[in-house]
Amino acid sequence: MKHLSEEQLIAYQDGESSGRDAVAAHINLCAECKAELIRLAEMLAAYRALPVPDPGEDYGRRVWQQIAPRLEEKRSHWWQMLLEPRRLTAARLVAALLLVAFLAGRVSKRVTPSVGEVTTTATADAARVRERVLMLAVGEHLGRSEMVLMEIANAAPESASVKQVNLSSQRRRAEELLDENRLYRQTALQEGDTGIADVLDELERVLLDVAHSSGNVTPAQFKSIRQRIDDDGLLFKVRVLTKEIERRENTEKRGPAESGSAKVERNNQA
Amino acid sequence: MNESVESVRAADAIAIERTLAGDRDAFRVLVERHSATIFRLAYRLTGNHHDAEEIVQEAFLRAYQKLEQFASQANFATWVYRIAANYTIDRMRQRKQEDARRQAPSAETSDDVEQDPLRQIPDIAPTPERLTQSVELRTQMENALQSLTPAERTAFVMRHCDGCGIEEIAAALKSNSSAAKNTVFRAVHKLRQTLQPQFAPRATARAMGTES
Repeated sequence: MKHLSEEQLIAYQDGESSGRDAVAAHINLCAECKAELIRLAEMLAAYRALPVPDPGEDYGRRVWQQIAPRLEEKRSHWWQMLLEPRRLTAARLVAALLLVAFLAGRVSKRVTPSVGEVTTTATADAARVRERVLMLAVGEHLGRSEMVLMEIANAAPESASVKQVNLSSQRRRAEELLDENRLYRQTALQEGDTGIADVLDELERVLLDVAHSSGNVTPAQFKSIRQRIDDDGLLFKVRVLTKEIERRENTEKRGPAESGSAKVERNNQA
Repeated sequence: MNESVESVRAADAIAIERTLAGDRDAFRVLVERHSATIFRLAYRLTGNHHDAEEIVQEAFLRAYQKLEQFASQANFATWVYRIAANYTIDRMRQRKQEDARRQAPSAETSDDVEQDPLRQIPDIAPTPERLTQSVELRTQMENALQSLTPAERTAFVMRHCDGCGIEEIAAALKSNSSAAKNTVFRAVHKLRQTLQPQFAPRATARAMGTES
């Protein structure tokens, strides 16, 4: 019997579809080729099992601290970018690529009609996709923020003899959430979605308090943070907005009929 | 809570837009979200913590500088991964050239270096990381990986560790699909040849297909 070549075995192990059935049939009949395939799989498994050190939870933050001083401020403005043909072309791909559509959306919203590249339909599509992108990102962000707020609301000193409350984990996550929160608040404002922007603004103040705390907060500091959450009814507002975003996403999945009405409703509620 | 792929891409899109609009700090969100993935790739490619950290920094610096070119790309994570892979190949090649020059000042030029196994001296200096788990296997594997060219090692890691598609590997290697596929195959073949007997092919003739 002619054995399989190493190339055939590697291709089979790699999931290659061409001639797969014939190779599989041979392997099932030939003990030698089967053993060879197992040796190959073991080698790959041994490689994958090699440990890769964990760079740590704050690794991204450290990378940013190292590179930030070396990043030059970008001078480009939206009106320069919209003149780039690539972006105008990208405006037509709204349905295909979420990311491209989002970036292109800025172009189609701001481009002057005389350019003639972007149709009214494309503009409406792009606006819808931009809103969907914002909803997706904010929905995820609110979910993570709610968890931090919940944990703070339920936090207490570790024992009767300790007065301070340990918010180290919440502080680290609040730091991470702050950057995103600012981005989404600014984008929501830019999109005219003041309902979202207002809730994010209130959330940002609490996140700032937590992020700037020492991690081990005194009873007075803890009371102040909790007070801010309670006074603003922040947890409730976050949950309402999360529900509203879920409803919007479901509506969008059924059909993109609604456009500005939900935004107006949200703005009025806030 | 795990973020969905779609929501990560949505979040990335917003960060990219604001960075391009002149908000430098918006780029921080991208760095913080994707650094660990790039670190794992860089470590797999170099086997060295310090090198991996330098590669991560350089990859994000380059991504920032080229961000205006990103609009036609679909996924920031894939894009910065490719930048890192590409930069690592160049860096490893350059290092091999420098090593070769140090060892034989009047030797042949760079193109020959990668092809010559004698020039590929493995670095077997033990580090605390290397002493963890199966020391012997790890050392053998590290040595075997050192015998690969930068392109082979990158193709192998991308395919068999990160599960990248051939097209993606071809883009990182700046070659075509067929060449990328061959590079992956060559990498696996060389590793098996170099590694301990239980992983090695049963006969060199196997590559051609043989009668039993």
